[in-house]
Amino acid sequence: MSTATTAPVAPEEAQSVAPIVSWTAPIGLGILAVLGTITFGVFSGTKNAAFGLVDTGREASALAAWLAFAVALVAAAWLGYTWYRESRAGGSAARWVPPALAAAVVVFLLAILGVAGVTVITLSAPVIGWLASIAMLAVAGWSVWLAPRGRKLPRWAVAVFAVAFLVGFLVWIVAGGRDATPYISLAGLLAGAVTLAVPLVFGSLSGVLCERSGIVNIAIEGQLLMGAFSAAVGATVTGSVYAGLIAAAVAGALVSLVLAVVSIKYLVNQIIVGVVLNVLVVGLTNFLFSTLLTANPDGLNKPPHLGSIEIPVLADVPLIGPILFRQSLVGYLMYVAVIVVYVGLFHTRWGLRVRAVGEHPQAADTLGVNVNRTRFWNTILGGAVAGIGGSFFTLVAVDAFSKEMSAGRGYIALAALIFGRWNPIGAFLASLLFGFADNLQSVITIIGSPVPSQFMAMLPYVVTVFAVAGLVGRSRPPAMEGIPYVKG
Amino acid sequence: MPTRRPPAGADGAGLAPSPDQPSYRDRILTVKLELRGITKRFGSLVANDHIDLVVEDSQVHCLLGENGAGKSTLMNVLYGLYEPSAGEILVDDKPVVFRGPSDAMAAGIGMVHQHFMLVPVFTVAENVALGAESTKAAGFLDLDTTRARIREISKRYGFDVDPDALVEDLPVGVQQRVEIIKALVRNAKVLILDEPTAVLTPQETDELLDIIAELKASGTSIIFISHKLREVKAVADVITVIRRGKVVGDAPPSAAPAELASMMVGRPVSLSLDKAAAQPRETTFSVRELTVAAPSGQKLVDGVTFDIAQGEILAVAGVQGNGQTELTEAVLGLHRHATGSVTLDGKELLGRPVKEVLGAGVGFVPEDRTHDGLVGAFTVAENLVLDLYDRAPFARGLGMRPARVAAQAAEKIAEFDIRTPSADVPASTLSGGNQQKVVMARELSRPLRLFIASQPTRGVDVGSIEFLHRRIIAERDHGTPVMIVSTELDEIMELADRIAVLYRGRLMGIVPGGTPRDTLGLMMAGMTAEEAAVHAGAAPGAADAAAAGPGAVAENTDDGGTRRVASSFGADVEPQDGSTGENHD
Repeated sequence: MSTATTAPVAPEEAQSVAPIVSWTAPIGLGILAVLGTITFGVFSGTKNAAFGLVDTGREASALAAWLAFAVALVAAAWLGYTWYRESRAGGSAARWVPPALAAAVVVFLLAILGVAGVTVITLSAPVIGWLASIAMLAVAGWSVWLAPRGRKLPRWAVAVFAVAFLVGFLVWIVAGGRDATPYISLAGLLAGAVTLAVPLVFGSLSGVLCERSGIVNIAIEGQLLMGAFSAAVGATVTGSVYAGLIAAAVAGALVSLVLAVVSIKYLVNQIIVGVVLNVLVVGLTNFLFSTLLTANPDGLNKPPHLGSIEIPVLADVPLIGPILFRQSLVGYLMYVAVIVVYVGLFHTRWGLRVRAVGEHPQAADTLGVNVNRTRFWNTILGGAVAGIGGSFFTLVAVDAFSKEMSAGRGYIALAALIFGRWNPIGAFLASLLFGFADNLQSVITIIGSPVPSQFMAMLPYVVTVFAVAGLVGRSRPPAMEGIPYVKG
Repeated sequence: MPTRRPPAGADGAGLAPSPDQPSYRDRILTVKLELRGITKRFGSLVANDHIDLVVEDSQVHCLLGENGAGKSTLMNVLYGLYEPSAGEILVDDKPVVFRGPSDAMAAGIGMVHQHFMLVPVFTVAENVALGAESTKAAGFLDLDTTRARIREISKRYGFDVDPDALVEDLPVGVQQRVEIIKALVRNAKVLILDEPTAVLTPQETDELLDIIAELKASGTSIIFISHKLREVKAVADVITVIRRGKVVGDAPPSAAPAELASMMVGRPVSLSLDKAAAQPRETTFSVRELTVAAPSGQKLVDGVTFDIAQGEILAVAGVQGNGQTELTEAVLGLHRHATGSVTLDGKELLGRPVKEVLGAGVGFVPEDRTHDGLVGAFTVAENLVLDLYDRAPFARGLGMRPARVAAQAAEKIAEFDIRTPSADVPASTLSGGNQQKVVMARELSRPLRLFIASQPTRGVDVGSIEFLHRRIIAERDHGTPVMIVSTELDEIMELADRIAVLYRGRLMGIVPGGTPRDTLGLMMAGMTAEEAAVHAGAAPGAADAAAAGPGAVAENTDDGGTRRVASSFGADVEPQDGSTGENHD
């Protein structure tokens, strides 16, 4: 049938395609590794840094530690067996298996510490600094070696690099504190990071929902702010936090409605509409705040607090307990939302159609998928998700609305969306990184670090620039993002 | 090697109905399709004017017409993408109304668009599933069912398609098969193929014709849309010619090409170009080891070396995307990552700014006229002096001289027969063919030392093609080295004194103008000139092993041998044969 099987043409096989040599990754990793070595290694000082594994003011729970120990052991064994079986069978294990195994092993090690009753780890800055530097230099060197051969670093090596950089950095920055042996609570640091990340995660999920269907959502900032405002007013007026949550979702969806109608029906440039909406929402909430809310704070701006819900025993698992099992309702909703959006986008009919509409709307149209309707509802849904994220500001973080309290987090959520490669899990992890950097900045200000906190605050964005420049591979937006679909 | 399969009647039940469309189960297996008085207007433009068409089952029905004749519009109406302004569609003599493609698909109509409707970042299975997904509970995708059906269809027709391959990684020919699978999975009984060969090599075209024959044998009707006489004659059972939105008439596939062409154009056309043999003089244009790299490091043009003498036409053949674009752009200085040497009249051009290259006397017709050849918002008159606006006689000091520009426009519009309401309308309002004439008129209106034209007649009607070809040959006879880049083998054969074939950026060889199509086809698929000549010569009909496929229509050729129709494409359907180049020797 095909010429390739019958004639000695066989062009594909015969041609050796010139390897694509990309120096982005080696150069990026090299710069980071050298900078890291100079700071964490050469300028490490001689001090130790202490990290608390249990929240300040709480008892370590042996039961929780044993529980975590058992679960992690079983999970790690099962995952390891799965991996082994798949590779024995000649195939490769599902993509999620290796990272899940790594996570299980980390939890297992933490649980051992918990079982052993260790609550504080003290690390020597020069030792850890040099170990981290060596690891980074090794990975960077390997990457330089691979580049001319047209090959890329395996993902696990990039992960090793990232972990080495993070650990080295953390130890260096903490050891720079003014005490003899500076101490921070690692548990508090992580829990705070997750808390700060909540609105970012909702914002970036909103971006995923809109942009995967082809609508650029710059208005996340406005949706967060409107959500925060509506949650405050709604919850105060009705006296119910749940009503506040619903009000926030509706408000976010309304902002999206404007975006959807103007950009889908009237084909106005989506970026312009988004920016205008952000400015509009700032103006509107400022106006309502200074006229209505300041005049009657008790009646309009005193929402009930949405406290954290603690799941007994599990909440006491060292380090991860507070992150996963001591969250506010909005925090739990965040985890649910990430999973639902991920599974929805990649494993359901709805998701397939949404992605098709964002990548090739004409193809979707010729197969009977209504492009503009899909885009419309996705944009509305995205707005509602961002609105719920906004409610975090007024129902969880602070118990009142104040002017411009979203403070640019909508734009950071956009960066997380890009860093996370338009993938819900990626966006979630990127948001966590940004939340972590945000929290670290305030923590080290307290212990007194040699680095000005403003530089700390910049770090995640510097990392984003590196990442988007190709360090973590190709970051490719949906092909038809921002381009209106007009039939015929 | 496919063997003739039984008509797919029995398979109908095997194509599991999607849970969403239980009506599949009840559908009969062949469909008669009728269009009655279909009219489609876009504003004041009448794209289809009372078109009547009957497609019987198990037939290959060709729609022949020029670009812009309204073929695609008609098919989009039939496929439910456009609503007709008037007229009706009948399926098995019952009137139906298609509100969207899903209605058309439910009625058994499938379409393979000219520009594939495939999501590049999806796998084959995802693309096939889209819109007719098999699902488990709660809307979860069940791609395994889709994969199984792709394998089943792929096996039945010998497609060799991996359901888990990413579409963007697949060659164009395979992508086309994915499109056909998409239609078959939806139980298409009428398959519309819109200009299916535009993106294929001659060999891939052969394979497509085999597939069409198989589909026909299994009871599927095919509507084959094309403006290429050769293919239409080879594949059709019935030919319907459309001109300016109207049906001109039906013709049997045995009709003479010249007759079909004049039906298409509406006046007699001469298909063969009486071209004097080239009289090459001094070699003034040389390319040495030209290499163009993409930012990723991939070599788009890889060590290409050739010369063009004054008074000869070198035609560069190749399937779209094999480095032709980059080659011309590099010569003009539009590429930053070009190495090697390009000399014209002894002067190095590589590394010079575009303006200097143009100043050295290079005329350049880019392949994409709307993006690179014209400023759409400028008037026709302004576009005609885009290259000379800043010097005499069109400029004086800092000002321009509108009267001179207008005079130039009037002259060129008359000379090139540019159909425009006036010289002062924006160039973007012109039809594609007329835009092309504007670009050609501009580039040919100054003294040239080298003329490069990419796809010089793309989208131009048959009548104008002839005219533009004559202009190109006149430029050659004037003593200018000419380089033509074209993906249309017809055009290459028509114009070339020598033919250079590019494959993946590398030069497969330079062969004389009269080289047979089979040989060129093999070179376009990656063989060197020598290999291709041996291969094409040894086994008539080239990849002939593939021949004798079941559906292959046999046809006698001049040399008395029986060849598969697809191979005979190359030889004897058209009045002129492989010896075009030597006509006047």
